[in-house]
Amino acid sequence: MSDLNTQMVEQYRNSFLREVEANVEEGDWVKMCMQCGVCSGSCPFGPHWEHPPQELFMMIRAGKREEVLTSSSMWMCTSCYNCIVRCPRELPITHIMHGLATYAKRLGMAPKEQPTMKFAQKFWDNLSKTGRVNELKLGISLYFMNGFSEGVKTSLKMKDIGLNMMKAKRLNPMEAVGGHKCKDAKGLQAILKKAQEIEEGRIANSGYAK
Amino acid sequence: MAKKQYSFYPGCSSQKAASASNYMVSVDAMCDVLDIELNEIPDWNCCSASIGYAGGGELPRLALSARNMALSEQANPDQDIVATCAACWLATKETQERLHEDGDLMKETNEALAQAGLKVKGDQKIRHMVEVLIEDFGYDELGKHVKRPLEGMKIAGYVGCQTNRPFGIDGESFENPKYLDKLVETMGAEPLDNYEKKVSCCGGALAFSEPEKSQALIKDIIESAYDGGAEMIVTPCPVCQMNVEIYQDQINQKYGTKFKMPVVYYSTLMSVAYGKNGKEAGLDGQVIRAKQLEEVANK
Repeated sequence: MSDLNTQMVEQYRNSFLREVEANVEEGDWVKMCMQCGVCSGSCPFGPHWEHPPQELFMMIRAGKREEVLTSSSMWMCTSCYNCIVRCPRELPITHIMHGLATYAKRLGMAPKEQPTMKFAQKFWDNLSKTGRVNELKLGISLYFMNGFSEGVKTSLKMKDIGLNMMKAKRLNPMEAVGGHKCKDAKGLQAILKKAQEIEEGRIANSGYAK
Repeated sequence: MAKKQYSFYPGCSSQKAASASNYMVSVDAMCDVLDIELNEIPDWNCCSASIGYAGGGELPRLALSARNMALSEQANPDQDIVATCAACWLATKETQERLHEDGDLMKETNEALAQAGLKVKGDQKIRHMVEVLIEDFGYDELGKHVKRPLEGMKIAGYVGCQTNRPFGIDGESFENPKYLDKLVETMGAEPLDNYEKKVSCCGGALAFSEPEKSQALIKDIIESAYDGGAEMIVTPCPVCQMNVEIYQDQINQKYGTKFKMPVVYYSTLMSVAYGKNGKEAGLDGQVIRAKQLEEVANK
């Protein structure tokens, strides 16, 4: 390809695609989608996506930045990896969906009440505190993530499941006060902090993030 | 056979009194019979499973698994890393793949790990317990230890997602893996042929955040096992086990079904067939009792 041609291709490429390529995990794969729709047809939550993966890929290429990043769609990914193993072009679709969701959240564009987004954050906060998941605290925080009165209702609804798990010794009420943890939780937190800094720096310098 | 040693990554749900503690109990019983020694990675941490991504982002998430690999390299350098949890296995394997593919990520990950004086190479093989059974032992060898064949039981092998995709077990197809059926057969039980939901998704972590959508999937997984005449479901995954077992009452309420299907681990079946008692096999950890197995175990 001539230099001029290359220059033109670069100049007129849709900028949202470039933003995704620079800032979204595995985003440089998006352009490889050939619009066959196997991913959309393979998704267990398929009917619940406003825009299934194939459509999101085309929307990214069409520059529909706002519609993509504010969508609840990619939060429907259950991480079943069906789409990954079936994609004829081997796009890592699951990771791209996770990446889009994470990026939308990072920019503050994800739907505010998205339940999986809220749960994901609670899960992360829970594990990074001690290095290991505290299932009791995670469960309770999840029930109460939509406020107190909603939380009481959910807790009542889930009461029997919790009691069954306790009876089977698979949920420990004592986790409320202590629970499993890493000895070097401090070291782990230092690792995570550094990794976060590096990643944030990378995105800030890519030229597109707010 | 000589004792086999592995660098073991148990994961959060396998800890004492956690949601898959019964899995761990049965794995211990199974390993005792097979003379497997699991050397726990000292001070291992959570892998962030398949849901932590949106809280952590990419590099912090990879750093979690990289820390486990680094600790394993220090403590058990000559052993393969083995995980019993599908998500732990997947996250660790994925991290290894990503770090080797992308030199920048490897560099950045080590920069982060250095904060705690650690360094990762990521060269240890990362395996699921099921791979150890199939590849290091084989069905014939596994069958030799059966003392009480699980005769007359028809069992649906629910492989689920993350032990099967994207990595899967060598030599198995993504769409119709047979290893779980073969294990069932090896233990003397009858696998459910043509179990069409064997690799369908249970909703995974979204069973918490999107319960109604997930329970619709779970209902189909159980219904299809009943339709084929199965009396039990077996799975290699802690999330599959929990999701398919514990919501059956709620599903019955919503859909008017009468499900009461026990859901066990391959290691539960194996420890019972290997002659362990109910407690050793973790049968007291069932929310829906596996009465058929209890009868055999308490003989």
